[in-house]
Amino acid sequence: MITLPGERKSQEPGEGSTWFTSTLDYLVNWARGNSLWPLPFGTACCAIEFMSMVSSHYDISRFGAEVVRFSPRQSDVMIVAGTIVDKMAPVMKKIYDQMPDPKYVISMGACATSGGFYRAYHVVQGIDEVLPVDIWVPGCPPTPDGLMYGILKLKEKIERGELDR
Amino acid sequence: MSTMTRLSSVPYTGPAPTNRNPYVPHNAEAFDRRGAEIRRTKGLEGLDQELGQDLPTFRVDRADIVGVLRTLHDDPSLQFILPLDLFGVDYPNRDGGERFDVVYQLYSFENNERVRLKVRTDEQTPVPSSYPVYRGFEWFEREAYDLYGIRFEGHPDLRRILTHEAFQGHALRKDYDPALRWILTEKDISRIVPKLAIEPEDTEFERVTLNLGPSHPATHGTLRIVVTLDGETIVGADTEIGYLHRCFEKMAETHTWQQVIPFTDRLNYMSAIINNVGYCMTVEKLLGIKAPERAEYILLVLSELMRIADHLVCIGTNMVDIGALTNFWYLFQPREEIYGLVEACCGARLLPSYTRIGGLAVDAPPDFIEKARRLVEMIPRYVGDAEKLLTKNRIFRERMEGTGVISKEDAINWGFTGPCLRASGVPHDIRKASPYLGYETYDFDIPVAYEGDNYARYLVRLEEIRQSLRILKQALDRGMPEGPVIVDDPYVALPPKEKVYNEMESLIYHFKLIMHGIQPPVGETYFQVEGGNGELGFYVVSDGTKNPYRVRVRPPCFAIYQAFRQMITGGQIADVIATLGTVNIIAGELDR
Ligand code: SF4
Repeated sequence: MITLPGERKSQEPGEGSTWFTSTLDYLVNWARGNSLWPLPFGTACCAIEFMSMVSSHYDISRFGAEVVRFSPRQSDVMIVAGTIVDKMAPVMKKIYDQMPDPKYVISMGACATSGGFYRAYHVVQGIDEVLPVDIWVPGCPPTPDGLMYGILKLKEKIERGELDR
Repeated sequence: MSTMTRLSSVPYTGPAPTNRNPYVPHNAEAFDRRGAEIRRTKGLEGLDQELGQDLPTFRVDRADIVGVLRTLHDDPSLQFILPLDLFGVDYPNRDGGERFDVVYQLYSFENNERVRLKVRTDEQTPVPSSYPVYRGFEWFEREAYDLYGIRFEGHPDLRRILTHEAFQGHALRKDYDPALRWILTEKDISRIVPKLAIEPEDTEFERVTLNLGPSHPATHGTLRIVVTLDGETIVGADTEIGYLHRCFEKMAETHTWQQVIPFTDRLNYMSAIINNVGYCMTVEKLLGIKAPERAEYILLVLSELMRIADHLVCIGTNMVDIGALTNFWYLFQPREEIYGLVEACCGARLLPSYTRIGGLAVDAPPDFIEKARRLVEMIPRYVGDAEKLLTKNRIFRERMEGTGVISKEDAINWGFTGPCLRASGVPHDIRKASPYLGYETYDFDIPVAYEGDNYARYLVRLEEIRQSLRILKQALDRGMPEGPVIVDDPYVALPPKEKVYNEMESLIYHFKLIMHGIQPPVGETYFQVEGGNGELGFYVVSDGTKNPYRVRVRPPCFAIYQAFRQMITGGQIADVIATLGTVNIIAGELDR
């Protein structure tokens, strides 16, 4: 039997019963946090590190986020990995709009976060110009473990109910 | 945006340059002589030769350019059949009012030599398009139009290529503010309707236009392909790029010579060290210095490992796209280990920025050789596993053989280099043709295939991994040379920290170098290395200040990708995915 959140608190000590109580919100958030389906919006170098995170060595499936979906309709966390340039920004917005609620955004790397060291005529200076962002992962590129940490932080945030929409 | 270095339109800005001497390549005389010989060819007599350059260089009148190109291309003793590069350079303050130089660089397999042509023009006067001679210049001319506003007469499709539809002005002109952006909205995005290349006999059925990308799982990064389908057959195709145009060349102009290195990593991010080597060696050529042996050795080993990593990723992701996931797991493991070694050297994995102008940032760890040897022993196992699953696999071969074909002549005319060119039957490799880092002392072969299809490109890449391993084995057996890893030149390399703390001299040099940067002699130069995808060349212009006046990168992907629409037309829609994988387009390098 899986230990569910809130279970331990709600049990009468010593009784050994298998029922529990929790709030519905809590349960839903717990489920959401543990089965994130990422949509990799990879454009540049960061996307390669995203691939590393998914592949055999780092293996994100340990945290329940390995079901990578390229269709916005089937995913709930958009990982923006890479530089977003002005030509790409409307495309990114469109894909974000197509994702069903609840949806989250992780901004991976310096470029997505702030334009990185490209303070230039064709680069979006941070994707928050276009999208709401929940987690920022620093680095250029962030290491795969850094991105994993970001995903875990998102999970925590969801479970705490901070991102109820 | 206040931190931005705003460029003045006046060259020679910044602190008083200490080095205004002109750059004189050590072998300039030989090139001058060769240039004079070329000028004696029938049809080229009238050319103005620029002396003292690192390549035979000619100044050509606008009106004559197509004729000159044709002679260079057709003359049996010259045969400059490979279009390497075409780009603009802006000199707004030049006397005579013609502010732009259009620079052409060509290569001849026959004589293993390069040539450079320059045409002057201004904002209004168009230059005749070289498209009739070299189809490979089609996108290069569009790029020069986009970034400089240079017009080309007779170009089939002269519109913006890298920047977006709502962009105004021409970004690489010296008077364009590097941080000035234009915002594109959804309604400005252009609709692309590909021209039909094949007229289907059966016109009764409706044709469908399909958009792949710019965000598509198989487009590894950001490419947009629009195809018109007749059933499953592609009857027309068009490609749109620029979704990752990060302004590398403009950024290079606003940073110091040394600061450009991290930007070069992010061109072909699969094999970042090779880009570092290419850029640093170009600047070293301009400075007339050479990295110490030990640095060259480490760079050679890492370059070859990076080439292997590049090919592993290429094959691995290609297989994912066509539905064979297992290989991806197999091939990513050794790649991860390669990055482990890079990390041990300099602390960064994917984008190490390990080189400095004149050598390396830090020395390699003491167990470098053992670690590298371990890699060389383990890689064949993983590659072998993947190969067993693929090379004789019938499903795989059905999918790859005969698809995405490009003939030898077309490949050359489009400006292909690297594995894609070798898969079309041209045994050309910069490591053999003009060796650098000591490649001439190693024994290896150039793999070639003749079919020019996807399977050929797969086989060539696989064999290249083996050849790289061969080079690595020899290198590791030789052992690492002793000595420093960076040149002992206070105008180029920072003095060691202990000296800075204890000696006045070194403190001054340190200060000077940090504040004023490296100031190479005034001049221009070109240098090329064999990148993961082909000839990766850098053309730099120095005006003697701490910032480069112009850094041009010759991106191998750019030339290859323009032929993509031709390669997929006539095939099935599913072939697009397989072909895109084998030509290995890296968006960072394509769009820069
Ligand atoms: S943050 Fe760095 S690694 Fe990531 S896309 Fe930007 S330049 Fe590349």
